[in-house]
Order: sequence, then structure tokens, then C-alpha cells
Amino acid sequence: MDALISQLLNGSAQGALLLLAALGLSLTFGQMGVINMAHGEFLMLGAFTAYLVQQVIAASDLSIPVALPVAFVVAGLFGLLLEVTIIRWMYRRPLDTLLVTVGVSLILQQAALQIFPSQGVPVEKPSWLDGQLNVLGYEWPLRQLFTIVLASVCVAALSAWLKYTSFGRRIRATVHNRDLAETTGISTRTIDRLTFFVGSGLAGVAGVAASLIGGTNSQMGAQYIIPAFLVVAAGGIGQLKGTIIAAWAVGVALSCFAYWTTGSLAQVLAFILVIVFLQVRPQGLFTVRTRSLA
Amino acid sequence: MLTTNKRMRASVAIGAIGTTMALVLAGCGARAGDDTSTAGASAAASCVDTSGSTIKLGFLNSLTGGMAISEKTVSNVLHMAADEINTSGGILGKKIQYVQEDGATDWPTFAEKTEKLLTQDCVAAIFGGWTSSSRKAVKPVVEKLNGLFFYPVQYEGLESSPNIYYTGATTNQQIIPAMDFLASKGVKTLFLAGSDYVFPRTANAIIKLYAAKLGIKIVGEEYVPLDKDDWTSQVAKIVAAKPDFIFNTINGSSNVGFVKAYYDAGLTPAKTPIISVSIAEEEAPAMGHEVTGNYASWNYFQSLKTDTNPKFIQSWKAYPNSSGVTSDPMEAAYISLYLYKSLVEAAGSFDVNAVNAAAKSHTITFDAPEGKVTLDGKNHHISKPGHIGQINANNQFDIVWSSDKFIEPDPYLEAYDWFPADIRKQLVGAAG
Amino acid sequence: MTKLKPLPSLRGIAALSGIAMFAVLLLAVAPAVLSDHWLNNLGKYCCWAIAAVGIGLAWGRGGMLVMGQGVFFALGAYAMAMHLTLETAGDRVPGFMVLYDPLAPLPAFWEPFRSAGFTLAAIVVLPVVAAGILGYALFKRRVKGAYFAILTQALAVALATLISSTIRETGGDTGLSDFKFFFGFVLNDPANKVMVYLIAAALLIVCLLAVWQFYRSRFGELLVATRDAEERVRFLGYDPANIKLVAFVVSALMASIGGAMFVPIVGIITPAEIGAAASILMIAGVAFGGRASLFGPALGAMAVGWGQSSLGSTWPDGWTYILGLLFVVVILFLPSGLSSLPARFAAIRRRPAEQPTPPITAAELEEVRA
Repeated sequence: MDALISQLLNGSAQGALLLLAALGLSLTFGQMGVINMAHGEFLMLGAFTAYLVQQVIAASDLSIPVALPVAFVVAGLFGLLLEVTIIRWMYRRPLDTLLVTVGVSLILQQAALQIFPSQGVPVEKPSWLDGQLNVLGYEWPLRQLFTIVLASVCVAALSAWLKYTSFGRRIRATVHNRDLAETTGISTRTIDRLTFFVGSGLAGVAGVAASLIGGTNSQMGAQYIIPAFLVVAAGGIGQLKGTIIAAWAVGVALSCFAYWTTGSLAQVLAFILVIVFLQVRPQGLFTVRTRSLA
Repeated sequence: MLTTNKRMRASVAIGAIGTTMALVLAGCGARAGDDTSTAGASAAASCVDTSGSTIKLGFLNSLTGGMAISEKTVSNVLHMAADEINTSGGILGKKIQYVQEDGATDWPTFAEKTEKLLTQDCVAAIFGGWTSSSRKAVKPVVEKLNGLFFYPVQYEGLESSPNIYYTGATTNQQIIPAMDFLASKGVKTLFLAGSDYVFPRTANAIIKLYAAKLGIKIVGEEYVPLDKDDWTSQVAKIVAAKPDFIFNTINGSSNVGFVKAYYDAGLTPAKTPIISVSIAEEEAPAMGHEVTGNYASWNYFQSLKTDTNPKFIQSWKAYPNSSGVTSDPMEAAYISLYLYKSLVEAAGSFDVNAVNAAAKSHTITFDAPEGKVTLDGKNHHISKPGHIGQINANNQFDIVWSSDKFIEPDPYLEAYDWFPADIRKQLVGAAG
Repeated sequence: MTKLKPLPSLRGIAALSGIAMFAVLLLAVAPAVLSDHWLNNLGKYCCWAIAAVGIGLAWGRGGMLVMGQGVFFALGAYAMAMHLTLETAGDRVPGFMVLYDPLAPLPAFWEPFRSAGFTLAAIVVLPVVAAGILGYALFKRRVKGAYFAILTQALAVALATLISSTIRETGGDTGLSDFKFFFGFVLNDPANKVMVYLIAAALLIVCLLAVWQFYRSRFGELLVATRDAEERVRFLGYDPANIKLVAFVVSALMASIGGAMFVPIVGIITPAEIGAAASILMIAGVAFGGRASLFGPALGAMAVGWGQSSLGSTWPDGWTYILGLLFVVVILFLPSGLSSLPARFAAIRRRPAEQPTPPITAAELEEVRA
């Protein structure tokens, strides 16, 4: 029972990190059909940003809160750059965006390896995240709670933005029917750029969270990209609630498998679970109603 | 739906004929039952050019891909050693001209590049490698082509090859001292955490055997893939198992995730310390303060007080591309080039057989930064001191325990009665 | 782009003579002029090329972005590697298994691979069955596009992780290596290495002939039709799932054959050769050469392999950038790969006034159709 509680909490935190990584993808994939394989490297950019911010603001109590918005902007700007230079030419060939961004991710990884110390850099955890919270007898690390809070804030902010702002309404209109949105005077080009900025920025935020969990180095992005895509696919395209549920489920599954089987087998089992789920329900948990013939 | 027509059958037939022809044309090679001693010899003819004023050596490390994280420094320190030797007159009066190759974190690439270095570049010896897998990929190639490979990283032992020299620790120089240290601290329970590949698996198999002898109980054993950083679920098991000590054979960036999860879960070096065999001065800074206070077992530390260490540290700090700190694998790589120099000078020749003969007939020593090491001519390993260091706030190691003398290398653990003789026999048989 | 309709037979002759020329180059010229080392490397590229021909069929013609061909490459490779390991070990249990459990026998699934016949059959049957089941499940549920790509990639990652973690059963991350014999032939003998190379090269030619036949058959037309307008094919009374399934199974078979030959040529197989990065590298060659053309995938795969061996050693950091740029530039500006260049130049000469590059249409991908 204790183990179950600990793995549920632990899995929720893992799911929250997956959600942060998948949130941006869900936006860019759902909105524009772009499969950005460099998303993991944007996450890496966020983590390195956290490190750089710590070089300026030495006190980690302060530097992590500062790093979050900075990482959002840095990763977002890289995303914008990618959209303006490459992605914009490829909206007619969504499958090819996958391959182009694979190339981009290779370049970013190698650049990071050469710019930063090859062993990676330390990102110090703020002291207010030291310690544990006692939940039903289980000592739950505060850092895990932080990941969940951060993911919740991002989800809340994103859905409020999508729901209540005019930009958000335009984005939703574009998701539902791009051509019709365009005829009503929405500049889908601007919408695309903005969406890509926000989507990539969210990867940067995820990177700050990831830097508190694992190593900050050139290889860190690679381990998130496939699970994040599986989460998006399992959740259903363009569906925030689907992504949230899928991320949580995958996180808990990973955590429980890792506890009751082995760390290696957990990866295999979680992947197979999602693949089987998608076979049963190819459209994901939820589907968006669209008028276009896909 | 599939329309098989005559043409298709015809083209497949052409292909089949072609394949058969190819087989017939080439089927003149040696078969299993033939005398293979002549067949192998034709490939082994050395093409090393020793006539000029330079000698070619091959350096082989991953400069790209995941392992570049660790291997770049080894590669740089090899360059430094080559520069040093060249400034002081070279090997047998010949300047080292090195050919740098990238193993790209891909074991078949290590095999391919080894073959290229030996047959295309005609190097006299190859230096480098990091993971055990890379060494295992290189081994058959250097044995087939009768080349030389100098491997600079601590490993799981149970191996020896006439074509490989090991300048890192074998099991009885790193793992066993670490266990002796634990026993001396009165440790009763131990948890094993490792990356999922050959070194941790083998090392842990040996640790379990020795722990049984020492009366230390193994309360858990966990592995996570090399490329995964998330250790939280496994650390939860450590918390539940409440071991006295954790034996850490994790490699690479995954160590950062492990140490962070360990710290997050409220585990501390005061109550549940970690002893690692892959965290050195290079790796510790990337882990932040969470690693401070834990232990590592190595044969060399930057903080080691020997006559030769200050010069080594100083040269490295002054070297371009320097990371500023020295570590055990770097020092072992540094030794490997000097050891080769001593071997060649004792043999008076770059010839592989002459070098191997000199290793047996001469006592080859080198005043290494870790102290004066001696080569064992039979198993091609070197004697080493065992040290346990504790990580301080500057990411340096305070030495808390040392072996009373240099430990002779014993890769097959022949001097240890707890290691089952039948396993040893089978392993030696499989190697030969 | 105006499409001339030359006599099919003429086209056929051109393609066939191309294949014949390729065969002469690979089977006769290369062994005569290349050193042992480079011939062996060429053999390795041939293995990737065999897999690439299959990817060309599934992706270029069928529109299925198969990002997990490593799975099928692995089936052939590990079947072959298990046989060669047992052949080398003889009656003993392979050395790497001894330490983890010295008394346990050979895992049961290894036993049948002692037989050469079973191994050869497995190299063909395993990928067909695996791809058959997987393809049936996915295509019947109409999983396609990015979903299909990500799923296949996830499978490759899962399999590579599984192999890495079953160290006693599969050799783990270190893989299987140190093979002494190849179906009774001593692998160290250079003459036998040439033979192994020739088998791989001949198999590549056979695969090229096979897809050439596929492309000119009615099935080939249906496959392209399915790629370009799946719904219309369905309305015409065909089941696109079946058409895709056949292409997918054939491409899996080719990947398996490539994997099987990779083992004796390279002398080692590890999970890294079948995982995400390896599977993507296979795609890179196909994209570079021209996904829908006959020779493009094979030549592209060989070019990428060569780039890795030569540029990767003279300029390792640069090679990674070049590979990255290759993806970006080729996919962005030259989606039908290098083999479409002649046709593109011809088109530019014919229409110099038209400045911006028109969006790539499906028909254009067919530019260099054999």
C-alpha cells in the first residue's frame, strides 16, 4: 500500500514533467500538424538557460523563478526562428517537417556539446525545494510537488489564454477549420508564428523542470521526445484534457512498472502499452471535431 | 492483386543466378575444418612504416554522440601526452604523428575504425576507448590483425588479450578495495545501483560473490538504461530497503539523475552514503552540491600527494581545451602513451610481437601521477594503488582510505578463493 | 511539368541497363579496385542500401514513413548473429552468458538457431510475420501519417531498450560479436570476406530488380494511388490497408535481409544499430537519394554510409552538422532527393520565367520513376 501511494505520487510527478514536455507539442502538432522532433532540444535550451541564469544570479532560491520566464522566451525565440526560416515552407508536407526537424535537432545537440562543458553543467535546486512532504506516511520530495505545480500553472495559463483571449479564440478557430478561419479575416500566418513561439517556449519551461531532475547536457532532450509524442498521440490531437490524462497515465505506468519490474523493462512496457492503446483507439482519448476531410 | 508475371520470375531468376555465381566465384576461402593458421596470417602482415622520422599512432574515442560527454577529455589528454613525448624527443627518436578517429558512441564504428587505423593508416598502436562495449568491439579486430590497443578506463575484469594493454583498474584494484573499505566501516547491508550494461552487471555479479564472503547482505539491485536520467522509482526502493551503503556503478549523465533523486528522497551521506566507481573530478561538477559527502573508489585523485602529480596537473591546466581538473581515466590514458613508449624502447622496435616479448622479459615501470606503476607482462595490466575519496564542496576528493601497497592486477581473480573456479575456467576458455 | 509518355519498354530497358551497370560495378569492378577495408565498408553500405530500397518502397511509393525499420533490421541481424555465435561457441554456452548465471543452459529461443536452415528461414519468416501482424493491426485501424511514423519509431526504441536490458539472453548493449565462422567458412580469411561482400551486393541487385518489377506492376500503380489519394482508392473498390500491408511487409523483409548480411560483414551487432538514431539514419539516405525513385534510396544510403566513414573520421564534429544540414536542405529544397536534380534542371531550363519554386506535388515525386 505504501509502495502504491509512493508510486502514484512519484508517477504523477513524472507525468507532470511529461505533460510539460508534451504541452508545447500538443499545441504545434494539433494546431499546425507540424511534427517538431527538435522539441527535445528546445527543452535542452531551457535547461541550459537555467544554468546561465544561475551564473548571473548566484542564489538558486531566486534564480530558478527567474529562469522560468527567461527559458520560455529563449526557447520560444528559437522556435520562432525555426518557424520563420524552415517550417513555414513546409505546411503542405507535414510528414516532412518531422525529418527536417530531426536535422535541426542533430545540429542543436552537436552545438550544445561543443559550446558547453561536455560533461554537462550543474543546475542547483533552490533550497525551498529541499525536503519532503509527508503524505499518508510517505515522504514525498518537494521537488516532485514543484513539478506538478509548475505543470498545473502552465496548463491553467495555456487554457485561459486559449479560452479568453482573442488570440486564443483565433487559434481555436484555426484548429477547427483553417480555410474558414482565413476567410473570416484571421491572419493564420501570425497565428502560426505565435503558436510556435508559445509551444517552443513551453518546452523551455519543461527544460528548467527537467534540469532539476536529471543532467543538463547535450543529450538530455533525446530522452523526452518519443514519450512526449506518444502522450500527445494518445491524448488526441489538439486536446488539452486528453494530453493531461495521457501524460498522467503514462507517468504513473512508467513509475509503477519501474518499481515492480525493472527500470529498463518499464520503458519497454510503457511504450507497448501506448502502442496497443493507439491500435485500439487510433484517434486518441479525445478527438476534436473538425469539418475538414483528413 | 499481386500480379506475378513471367518477367518478374525472370528477374528473380537472374538474381538467384547472380548470387550463386558470386558464391561459386568466391567460394575458395578457408572452411571451418581447414588449417586456419595460414589463412589468418595473410591479413596480419603489418604495414607500419618505421623508416621515417615519425611514427603513426591511432587515437580512438567517441567525439560525437552520447559518450562524447566523457570521452572528449581522454582524447584531449592523449594529445597532451603525445605533445609532451614529442617535445622530449619522441619514441625511439621518432616523433608521434597521431591519427584521430571518432568512435561516434557506436560499437561497430569502433570496430570499423580500428580496422581502418591498422590497415589503412598503418598505425603502430591504438589508444582510447571508454565503455567496455567499445573495448569488446575492438578486441576481435586487434586480435585478428595482430595490432595493439591501449585501454585507459577501469573495467569489469575477467579479460586479457595479447593485443590489449589495460592501464585502468581491473576488478581487484577498484571494486574489491571498495568492498574492503565498506567492510572496514562495518557495513552490513548494501544496495546495488547501476546502468544497464556489461560493466555494472559484471561488477555487481562479482560484488555479490565477495559480499557473501564478507558477510554483507545485498538488499537490492537496480538497473536503469544508460540514456535515462530518471531514477525516482528506483530510489524509492532504496528508501524502502534502508541499506547502510549504496554501491553505485551508474555511468554517464544518468548519475546526475540518480544523485538528485537520492537527495530529493531525503537520503544523505551521513545515513546512507554512496560509493561510486564512475564519478570522478570531471563528473562531480555537473551534479551540483547533491553529490557532496559521498565516496568514490579510484586509483588516482587530483588531490593525491605524489612527486609526479603536481606536474601532471599543471601541464593539463595549461593545455588548450583543458577542463581544468584531472581524473582517473585521464591519468590512465596519460599512462598508456608513456607505457607504450617504455615498451617500445625496451623492445627497440615498434613490432607488435617484439613489444609483447619485451613486456614479458623486461620490468616496465612508469613514474605515473598515481605513483610508480609496474606492468604485468603476462596479463597486460598494471599495478595500482587503491584509494577511496570523499567528495568535498569544491568537487575534489579527500582521501579517506588507501590500500597499504600497490595492488597487483588479477583480472581473473585467481588469488580470490570466493570466485568460483568453474566460471573462471569457462571464461578463460571462451576468451581463448 | 509535362509528362512525356515514352514507350514502357524503353523505360524498362533504361532501368534494366541501369541495374545491370550497377551490378557490374558492385560485383566485378569494386572487388577488383578496392582495398579489403573499403570493400568491407562497401559491403556494409550495401546492407543499409538493401534496407533503404525497402524504405523507398514503403515511404517513397507507399507514403508510409517507416521510422522503425531498425526493428526488422534487428530481426534479421540477431537471427544471423545468434547462429554465428553458436557456430563459434560450438557445444559450449557463449562466453558472455557464463558470468551472469554459470550453470543455466542456453536460453531456449537460441536452440533452433544452431540450424543453418532454420536461421535462413527465420531471417525471411520473422520479419514477414512481425510486419504482417503489426501492419494489419495499424492499417486496418487506418493509423497513418505522423502517428504511424511515431509508433514505428517507438517500437524501435522499445526493442533496442529490451535488448539492452536482457544482457544474458542477447548480449545487451555490448551486442553480439567475435564471430569466427560463417556457415562453415572462416571469417578471418580475406577470400571469404570477399564472398560475404558479394552475397550482400548480389542481394542488393536482387532487391532492386524486385522493386523495379513492383513499380511497373499493377500493384505499384495501386500503391502510388493509395499514397496520393487513399480515399479514392477505397471508393474504387480496393482495400488500401491490404495494398499498404504488402508494401510494408516487403520493406520489412528487405530490412531483415540487410540486417542479416550486416552481421558477417561488420562482425558485430548492437542495439544501437537498430534504435531510433539508426532508424533515422536509414531514412536520411533514402531522403537524400530520392525516396520514390528506383536507384535513389540505395545510392543515398550508400552515400550517407560513405559520408559517415570518411567525413566522420576526418572531421567528426563537422559530420554531425553536415548530416543535420543534409536533412534540412534536402527535405526543404529537394524533397524528391538528388535523383530528381536532372529533371529539375530540365524543368528550369524549359520555364526560366517562373521564379518561385512551386510546391512539390505528388506527381513531381514521380519525376524519376523508372
